[in-house]
Amino acid sequence: MKLVIAIIKPSRLEEVRQALNSLDVHGMTVTEVKGYGRQKGHSEIYRGTEYAVHFLPKLKIEIAVEDAQSDAIVSAIRDSAQTGRIGDGKIFVLDLLAVTRIRTGETGAAAL
Amino acid sequence: MKLNNTLAALGSALGALALLAVPALAQDAAPATPAPALDTGNTAWMLTSTALVLMMTIPGLALFYGGMVRRKNVLATIMQSFAITCLITIIWFVVGYSIAFTDGGPTQAWLGGFSKIFHNGITTATLWAPGVANIPEFVFSMFQLTFAIITPALIAGAFAERMKFSAMLIFMGLWSLIVYSPIAHWVWGGGFLGGLGVLDFAGGTVVHINAGVAGLVCALVLGKRKGFGSTNMAPHNLVISVIGASLLWVGWFGFNAGSELAADGLAGAAMLNTQVATAAAGLAWMFVEWIVVKKPSVLGIISGAVAGLVAVTPASGFVNPTGALVIGIAAGILCYLAAAHMKKMFGYDDSLDAFGVHGVGGIVGALLTGVFADPTINSLGANHSIVTQLIGIVATIVWTAVASFVILMVVKLLVGLRPSEQDEEEGLDITQHGESVAE
Repeated sequence: MKLVIAIIKPSRLEEVRQALNSLDVHGMTVTEVKGYGRQKGHSEIYRGTEYAVHFLPKLKIEIAVEDAQSDAIVSAIRDSAQTGRIGDGKIFVLDLLAVTRIRTGETGAAAL
Repeated sequence: MKLNNTLAALGSALGALALLAVPALAQDAAPATPAPALDTGNTAWMLTSTALVLMMTIPGLALFYGGMVRRKNVLATIMQSFAITCLITIIWFVVGYSIAFTDGGPTQAWLGGFSKIFHNGITTATLWAPGVANIPEFVFSMFQLTFAIITPALIAGAFAERMKFSAMLIFMGLWSLIVYSPIAHWVWGGGFLGGLGVLDFAGGTVVHINAGVAGLVCALVLGKRKGFGSTNMAPHNLVISVIGASLLWVGWFGFNAGSELAADGLAGAAMLNTQVATAAAGLAWMFVEWIVVKKPSVLGIISGAVAGLVAVTPASGFVNPTGALVIGIAAGILCYLAAAHMKKMFGYDDSLDAFGVHGVGGIVGALLTGVFADPTINSLGANHSIVTQLIGIVATIVWTAVASFVILMVVKLLVGLRPSEQDEEEGLDITQHGESVAE
């Protein structure tokens, strides 16, 4: 199993969700995060004092998937999250050791 | 209904008969002046004004300042306004009012007396300014109390995010007695500044220059916030600040128009002057900032508006609306320069620009009152002079600067002024008050 972690622009969430739904992925966790890569931040001025804001708001999506699905899911996320401008984000794939469904106690692929 | 109508008719008939019964004596001698009666119109307005001015502090100023600090200090900042409201109320009731507004006999030029401690001797029938305002003295004291409350609350803007709560309480309590009440006495309570003819309708000197300069002294004595100049100290919620500024604007009608102590034409003029100056100052700050940093800002327009409110305060009952317009434009521009540029130039940390807005705005307004006072608006402004205004300004600055400094030193010895560096870093909400707005 794999854990797919995608950092995307907040405005792309709905597109990504729909793309994943069509691949039969019906569960995900979304966290509001801040970060930057090549995208520069911006500056804010308050009564003449300027503050550089380096970190930009992004969303982190985490999905647990079967090994066989992971490539298709990465592609789907990439296609739906992309705007073509700097700051679109990154997708990471990690090995996932175990999964448990809390309600039923199911483990492994049955719990995905 | 019928009974009331009958009684009313009876009353009118009796009244008419009584008049007819007055003998020809009336034509021989001047009629005796009747004892002044309570003016219900004035009293109703003053009761309302008082509530408006209290609203300026809680929650007006509390929110205005609260939104401008970092989230970890928002509760501590709001707490200052609220706690000051409670503290000053008691002090004023017990002794503050008396030393500000009674005749001090031999000390009258500098200080009132103790004859009205605990409001001793004042009853529901006692009138303030009998023959003039004819409002209950309880109401007058309440109205003045709301001024005594907001003045120290304004100072808190200068030391925001870095003063120990206990130190603040002690400082404000002493300050109210040693600085506020005396200066109020000098200008409004029969003291020497009023006697000289210093024109201050609603508190340009007593409230704003006073608080602004005291704030500057506090900022200098306490020193800068940890990380000042290198840390992001941006306002955490300007929506709250806008709500606060709006409450200040609306409440200020009580502050300025209420200072007439009557519901009359001059109060109306003061209200319009306030509106015009505030709007002009808001636009002026906004436009100057737009030119300098290329974007008009929310913080800019509300700061400008407050600067206008401050500057028109001493002038509101003395100038005409055109004078108010000029005062507003001047305040918007000069306070912007003071807050955004002068502060950086000199390098002091007046966190929320208590001096830049209230100190500078108050000085601008007090001086321009000496220029624009219009005797057709208020005959008391007939002998207006910049020199007299300057005397009032300087006297206020000197006393508040010296006394605030001494009080700070005393408080420093007693409990220390600042929280530890670690506590300041973690945030005053948690470390001073054990509370947090964060999830």
